Amino acid sequence: MPKLDLNRVPMLKQMPNLRATNFNEVALGYTAEQAQAEASRCIQCPKHPCIDGCPVGIDIPGFVKAIRDDDMPEAVRILKDKNSLPGICGRVCPQETQCEAVCTLAKRKAPIAIGRLERYVADWERANMKSVNSSVKSTPTGKRVAVVGSGPASLTAAADLAKLGHSVTMFEALHVAGGVLMYGIPEFRLPKEIVQGEVGYVTSLGIELALDSVVGRMVTVDELLSNGYQAVFLAPGAGAPMFLNIPGENLNGIYSANEFLTRVNLMKAYMFPEYDTPVKVGKRVAVIGGGNVAMDSARCALRLGADEVYIVYRRSEVEMPARREEVENAMEEGIQFKLLTNPKSFIGDESGRVKAIELYEMELGEPDESGRRRPVSKPGTEYIFKIDVAIVALGTRPNPIIPSTTKDLETTRWGTILTDEATGKTSKPGVWCGGDMATGAATVISAMGAGKRAAANIDEYLRG
Amino acid sequence: MYKILLRQDLVPNIHLFKIAAPDVAKKAQAGQFVVIRVNEKGERIPLTIADWDREEGSITIVFMEVGTTTHRLALLEAGDSIADFIGPLGLPTHIEKFGTVVCVAGGFAVATIMPIARAMRMAGNRVISIMGARNKSLIFWEGELRSVSDQLIVTTDDGSYARQGLVTEPLKELLETGEKIDRVIAIGPSIMMKFCAKTTQPFGVKTIVSLNPIMVDGTGMCGCCRVSVGGVTKFACVDGPDFDGHQVDWDLLFARQRIYLDEEKRSFEQWQSQYGTHS
Repeated sequence: MPKLDLNRVPMLKQMPNLRATNFNEVALGYTAEQAQAEASRCIQCPKHPCIDGCPVGIDIPGFVKAIRDDDMPEAVRILKDKNSLPGICGRVCPQETQCEAVCTLAKRKAPIAIGRLERYVADWERANMKSVNSSVKSTPTGKRVAVVGSGPASLTAAADLAKLGHSVTMFEALHVAGGVLMYGIPEFRLPKEIVQGEVGYVTSLGIELALDSVVGRMVTVDELLSNGYQAVFLAPGAGAPMFLNIPGENLNGIYSANEFLTRVNLMKAYMFPEYDTPVKVGKRVAVIGGGNVAMDSARCALRLGADEVYIVYRRSEVEMPARREEVENAMEEGIQFKLLTNPKSFIGDESGRVKAIELYEMELGEPDESGRRRPVSKPGTEYIFKIDVAIVALGTRPNPIIPSTTKDLETTRWGTILTDEATGKTSKPGVWCGGDMATGAATVISAMGAGKRAAANIDEYLRG
Repeated sequence: MYKILLRQDLVPNIHLFKIAAPDVAKKAQAGQFVVIRVNEKGERIPLTIADWDREEGSITIVFMEVGTTTHRLALLEAGDSIADFIGPLGLPTHIEKFGTVVCVAGGFAVATIMPIARAMRMAGNRVISIMGARNKSLIFWEGELRSVSDQLIVTTDDGSYARQGLVTEPLKELLETGEKIDRVIAIGPSIMMKFCAKTTQPFGVKTIVSLNPIMVDGTGMCGCCRVSVGGVTKFACVDGPDFDGHQVDWDLLFARQRIYLDEEKRSFEQWQSQYGTHS
């Protein structure tokens, strides 16, 4: 029985007081020594449950062993065989609920820090290897696939399809590729340079990238199918914000998280007026929601210079869907939490600017369909809380542009596109779907898994 | 990058650009808009489509110099390019044979009402157009609008050209003559659209306005452009930009358009210190 090393190697982070004033990356990554030490803890167990725990099936023991043996090019090769976006996944994947949760050493509360190792390999490649397209491409098939969106699902599907020899065009509505990786996740969690580097790797596989292209307006899905594309993969994201629908929600200073994060991350409003897009900084900011987007919004608001930032969440701390790590980071940075609290209305001043939010308390009742205890209002607990900026981070719904302009594309009652989970097929021949547009708002890695499955099915379809 | 094929200085501070954007030109329809970004650090702004040429693959936009972005845009000449050009966005204006349609344009919106008047005429409507500007020096495209209208009334606030007064005055007169007017389209500054809608309301004539809130993406993903119509929140970029003028919460629109006045001022002051005041 090999001696178990249960000392998980910690990873350095920027100190909270300092990092709350800048947009630089919070997590600082492993050094070579740390990576080797952590990789050496892996017992290379024969069952390797970690591989099944990974939505894209990375050969985790393989790349971890390569780090241990100091064969970094091999670690890169193994990792990128299954994952085209390792620098991104190594930073934003919730490994703690996926591969690390089922790691054999998880039972001993010391799972291998697979996410940190993945990030280490990806960063090593960026620093040490020229942009070599090491994957072997198959002979061109002569088939053309249109991929709608350029976020994680699309990038993954496009890369896999290109490697299989198909001709791929990615259509992106915004002026840069990356989708939520660029506009949603902040710089301090996912540097945009890393995103563009990984997008660059994908496009280096021979994919055509059409920016500023809104499918459903500039060209419809039906037009793509009749103008030379044999298959279409729809992954435009769940790009429509959900609002509370309470009085005063249209007052100035109330943002959807999508708008706030797009201004800050994509349009770099934190560098206004050097960059032209402004955003309201606020003195006292309330962020409504408890997921990763709410944490991101709160931490951006803090970095912009708000004096106080509050998370307002209707359930309790253990129910928060955000990654535990990000909740901890937010708390360390000084973000305050108003839990078991819900908004009732927004109050404005004479100029139409929000000046307060009416809140009331909740308590936990019976569990709902998701298994979490249902929050129940406590009547008579309303109070007025002064704020000057509010960010509504309740989640997103599917954007209606594509469903409303595509014939015979069945949708579900939530507005998502009806999709077969195993294959990505929709009700419309020649059209597949994956990512948030199929599932509702979820994770980067689950979108990538959907991209992989759809690419495999599209390939099968194209080969007849 | 999208090349500027042609530049015309129509009147002081109002410019016309014809921009090469074949895919947008292929699909553009009256009432739709584009979102542009002048350069890498620029903001995204919406501009209504004034015209298109599907063969040439070009879109015509007309804009007024107001703040930093439009001033920066106005420095460009034919042969220069802008960073991003996205469209066509928004739902096209509903064109149908209604009967008699009155098209009212305030200020430089004469450019954006032109394709609508043209399409209404082509659909068999009798088109009466009203265009107004503050004074004679700001009047442009009079001939263009006349060529697609059965009747054209021109107004200037100060009476320096044609009929003195605001566009709402001839509009009211037309309604009062008892001539059956089936639809009014009013486009221009928000306050002008509000008063056109107020003018037509007692007569019960359906009045379509083209709302112009602040926008960021233009595809419905952020909610910046939210307006209230009939008490319901709508996104101007995907539910509009056309809405029923009698149902619009105008005060909300005005308030939301003012949200960044301080930031706009700060940005423009920085611009002026770099480029000097516009001559």
